[in-house]
Amino acid sequence: MEYFLQQLINGLTLGAIYGLIAIGYTMVYGIVGMINFAHGEIYMIGAFVSLVAFTILGTFAFASPVLAILIVLIAAIIFTSVYGWTVERIAYRPLRGSFRLAPLISAIGVSIFLQNYVHLLQGAKMKPLQPIVTGGFVMTGDGSFPVRITYLQIGIIVATVVLMAGFTLLIHKTKLGRAQRACEQDRKMAALLGVNVDRTISITFVMGAALAAVAGLIFTLYYGAVDFFIGFLAGLKAFTAAVLGGIGSLPGAMLGGLLIGLIEAFWSAHFPIAYKDVAVFGILVVVLIFRPTGLLGRPDVEKV
Amino acid sequence: MPFPQALREALMAAFVALMLAIPLIGFRLADTMQGLAIETRFDWVAWGVSAVFVGRLVLGLLRGRGRPLGLAIKMPALPPNASTMFALVLGVFALVLPFTPLGDRYTVELAITVLIYVMLGWGLNIVVGLAGLLDLGYVAFYAVGAYSYALFAINFGWSFWLCLPIAGVLAAMFGVMLGFPVLRLRGDYLAIVTLGFGEMIRVILLNWKEFSGGSAGLTSIPRPSFFGFPFTANPEPGQTAFHELFGLEFSPLQRIIFLYYLIFALALLTNFFTLRMRKLPIGRAWEALREDEIACRALGINPTNVKLSAFALGAMFGGFAGAFFATRQGFISPESFNFIESAVILAIVVLGGMGSQLGVVIAAAFLILIPELLRDFSQYRMIMFGFAMVLIMLWRPQGLVAHREPSIRLGAKA
Repeated sequence: MEYFLQQLINGLTLGAIYGLIAIGYTMVYGIVGMINFAHGEIYMIGAFVSLVAFTILGTFAFASPVLAILIVLIAAIIFTSVYGWTVERIAYRPLRGSFRLAPLISAIGVSIFLQNYVHLLQGAKMKPLQPIVTGGFVMTGDGSFPVRITYLQIGIIVATVVLMAGFTLLIHKTKLGRAQRACEQDRKMAALLGVNVDRTISITFVMGAALAAVAGLIFTLYYGAVDFFIGFLAGLKAFTAAVLGGIGSLPGAMLGGLLIGLIEAFWSAHFPIAYKDVAVFGILVVVLIFRPTGLLGRPDVEKV
Repeated sequence: MPFPQALREALMAAFVALMLAIPLIGFRLADTMQGLAIETRFDWVAWGVSAVFVGRLVLGLLRGRGRPLGLAIKMPALPPNASTMFALVLGVFALVLPFTPLGDRYTVELAITVLIYVMLGWGLNIVVGLAGLLDLGYVAFYAVGAYSYALFAINFGWSFWLCLPIAGVLAAMFGVMLGFPVLRLRGDYLAIVTLGFGEMIRVILLNWKEFSGGSAGLTSIPRPSFFGFPFTANPEPGQTAFHELFGLEFSPLQRIIFLYYLIFALALLTNFFTLRMRKLPIGRAWEALREDEIACRALGINPTNVKLSAFALGAMFGGFAGAFFATRQGFISPESFNFIESAVILAIVVLGGMGSQLGVVIAAAFLILIPELLRDFSQYRMIMFGFAMVLIMLWRPQGLVAHREPSIRLGAKA
């Protein structure tokens, strides 16, 4: 039981990261209908920017970890968003309206480019970071197997919940969210009704990149090591999460992310860890067989 | 564009470039004994930002002169059968290549690599170009073919010609196994499932050490022989080597030239197979399904079965190519079958112009030769490759050879 609880906590933390990245995939897919293959790299850039910012702050010997994290968060969000915006502007926008696979190939090209860009500029070695948030407490300590939850894990889960709530509000209550939903349903009609489609799409990319930056920051804090290759697998898992939850659906992306985090944590605890990715994709296939539109996806009606 | 506006846009671009450059170019994380330290290189940032500023300014000023930007190159009007002629010339060139003065060892080896990708591209073209299914894990079938040849040849000593069909059949079976559950899904879901499947195969090959040798891979895979006559300088007693059979001087080039013709034949087989399939009802159904699934359903075509056949046949050719790859390299490891390979093959199909057989050849030559030419700048190779992929896509979104012969014309003999 204690062991189960411990894996649950670990899985939820991991799932929060996947969920945050998955939202970026799902929003972009919902509006533009393309798989933004470079999103994993945006997340990797977010992690790198966080690491750079932490290291800079470290040279000034910052005392308060909370303040430091806040500054890094803002820096990561700003700089990573610029990357997200630029990628959309240069590589995707000119291809809007051409056939379906063109932006995908362009996105794969961007992904290869960004990966090697960071590789060239920052080197191939794993970059370590000293733990910034330490400590935690024991939840049930009856001796046999203490269940530990660290302050960092609490922070991650709380931050994710807050972000999710904020996002749901943004999509459902604000003018921007309404514009986004309009573009998702019918881009041409939205444009006719005075929605600036280009800008809405740009903002969607920026929002996705901002969330990926938060995920990157969390990754940097939680695992304490970053290299240029983390984006690929995380992007793949997050996209799997988005599909699992039903692509185009925000709660679905979060649910899918949490599920994948939990599957990984429990699989690693009981089965050979090397095959955890196989388990994730296996479950995806099984879910898609029984629910072809994902867990929370709307059934997809095609009309002539 | 008037100067003030161009200046404003250039300033904007420079600002964005500055924001992009500061965190990753301006600062470099350096490993020291005390952990990470920061190095700065703001001079690089300054150079980059000024380059963007000047470039954007010049571009903006040129745009106002009433002529389209240089990218829009007018293609000369071609005679209707130009692509057939070109294909023939290309085919004849490929046929005689090893015996021209160009045919030294390096060129022939390179040509073999290009032909492998041409064959993979043609195989994937059945799935992506004709049936319109997005397959991001094609390399998995390539891996299945390579490993099945290697394992059968190493463990049972079976010959290449026996293993080739087995590799193809096994790959096709994997295709059916994967396709059966997921082909009912919407197109983009197929993409992620195939992508996941490709990763799954790689992870299994990497970790199932007793079966596949793990990350060390499989070594000493038997080299092909000329229908039983090996390409060795000193054959074992009782065996006749290839050069003895034909009374030639022994040369290591003979084996490479044989490999070259082998892959050439395999690739041509793929091509003819595809061209013939397009004339059969099943091939017509593939293309019809790509264009409009609902109309196909209404006409009584079973989409799942039709898609499954395309998927399995594409996988089969991937398997053939994999078997050839294994015998050519003599060594395979899971590293040869990563996602980048899938992406390159898909890029070949899409850059070639989806469904165009000739386009695949041109795109394969392009994408394999670019990294090869950049060999001297090996650290910049992949970054240039990614950049080129984006640029070509922006330049010709519809692919290099966008024109596709219709399979059937009304009122003409098909």
